[in-house]
Amino acid sequence: MEHGQTAEMNDSNGEAVIVINGLCKSFGNNHVLNNFNLRLNSKENLVVLGRSGSGKSVLIKCIIGLLKPDDGEIIVFGNNVDELSHHELDMLRTEIGFLFQSNALYDSMTVRENLEFPLRRHWFELSQKEVDDMVMEALDNVNLGHTSEMMPAELSGGMAKRIALARTMILRPKVILYDEPTTGLDPITAREIESLILKLHDKYQTSSIIISHDMNCVKNTADRVALLLDGKCYTEGSFEDLEKSEDEHVKQFFE
Amino acid sequence: MDIVAKTRDFMSQTGYMARFTGQLFTLGTKPPYEFKEFLVQCYIIGYRSLPLVALTGFIMGLVLTMQLRPSLVYYGVQSQLPVMVGIAIVREIGPVITALIFAGKIGSSIGAELGSMKVTEQIDAMEVSGTNPYKYLVATRVVAGTLMLPVLTMLADAISLFGAYIGVNISAVTSFKLFFMQILRTLEFGDVLPAFIKTFFFGFAVSIVGCYKGYNSNKGTRGVGNSANSAVVLSSVFIFIIDLLAVQVTAILGLN
Ligand SMILES: Nc1ncnc2c1ncn2[C@@H]1O[C@H](COP(=O)(O)OP(=O)(O)O)[C@@H](O)[C@H]1O
Ligand SMILES: [Mg+2]
Repeated sequence: MEHGQTAEMNDSNGEAVIVINGLCKSFGNNHVLNNFNLRLNSKENLVVLGRSGSGKSVLIKCIIGLLKPDDGEIIVFGNNVDELSHHELDMLRTEIGFLFQSNALYDSMTVRENLEFPLRRHWFELSQKEVDDMVMEALDNVNLGHTSEMMPAELSGGMAKRIALARTMILRPKVILYDEPTTGLDPITAREIESLILKLHDKYQTSSIIISHDMNCVKNTADRVALLLDGKCYTEGSFEDLEKSEDEHVKQFFE
Repeated sequence: MDIVAKTRDFMSQTGYMARFTGQLFTLGTKPPYEFKEFLVQCYIIGYRSLPLVALTGFIMGLVLTMQLRPSLVYYGVQSQLPVMVGIAIVREIGPVITALIFAGKIGSSIGAELGSMKVTEQIDAMEVSGTNPYKYLVATRVVAGTLMLPVLTMLADAISLFGAYIGVNISAVTSFKLFFMQILRTLEFGDVLPAFIKTFFFGFAVSIVGCYKGYNSNKGTRGVGNSANSAVVLSSVFIFIIDLLAVQVTAILGLN
């Protein structure tokens, strides 16, 4: 049955960017992910929907190699993440953006230094002028050009999220993993973040996995929705498909 | 928790810490090196600790002299005061007190800094941006700490001896030259070298313990506080253990 499903996904859409097969991850007796399958197609916004504590963060941390899966494989751009050397993994990570739920801005550095940090460490040949231009472009993308000399502690929740988004985008990743980008923000700011996500998606032609349990966010950003339940990909489809679903587990999310 | 579980916990902690330290020699020795961050850390760890180390060093020398004086007067050997104070400071008090101050200031600040970076996912953020956080954060701090403490100790010794000179002059007049000539004539290679070498180990212990505790901090404010606190406690204990080992080793090598 699993195989049938995978084959069907292959037919439905172009090139795969991320393929996850039979992913298992436990912490002691807590089996968080249990034979989880997923496929992210090129240029697609895929939302992974799931209740708090269902293992959504664990899933994307496995994709980027912060957590090591117990079983199963994760293929990103044709590379099996588990089999890469330290150096190869670092190189792969420059192609993947990761927006932390907590933003994870470096709080001892200014906004500018936060954005420069990944640039300076990967693109050594850049001149100061090029670095400045890229930092300004990244800040303009999120409409926060004036904050470059501020410290992260001085930013409001919404601003910090936008700066974190700018930092995530600065190496021009091809894939972006968003961990609950709108959780904890007021509805107006949440809508702003969503429109930024869509704007950057169009501008840089990225593929994204967006983790969320905010139905507005799901509705506004998703090309496709996958529902994570009991460590498995319970079902998937367009937002409208799931909204119409008669399945009681799916319905819970739309109440 | 019963004694068996406690022992097992202690053993596994020791194992984790040994592995953490081991990474310094496997991962940390591979280029590229984080030279710029190393210099920043030398500045923070070394230069910024100077005022504190100087102040405590000065008081230590002054007080030690004033405390020793009555006993020496009692035995009629007060002329030996500079020599006694000099040896005490250079061999033992200077290195150990400076290391303890260093543990309180640097060990705790490394523990708290890395701890809060850990719990706010900044260390993970560094890792996913393709920078090895162990090399960037840990290796630089440990090398800087190991190299800066000996320098700080030498300065503390010098200032401390100056404090001792003032202490001697409170109740008797000695010339600056005579005071230092007396000390330098009695100090031997075997007094200075072991004391100097052990300060590298002190610096290493304080900074690696701080990094380890911070890096393995638990979530929450309590977690960060705990890691700063246990960094100081554990590194202070290590300082005394290393001191004990050092005195044994120097005795075996016949340097005493
Ligand atoms: N590093 C870890 N160690 C132990 N348990 C963990 C760890 N990370 C996550 N978990 C557990 O995995 C489960 C899923 O967590 P998470 O993926 O963060 O949930 P969410 O879907 O809300 O993002 C939780 O029960 C959590 O306790
Ligand atoms: Mg989460």
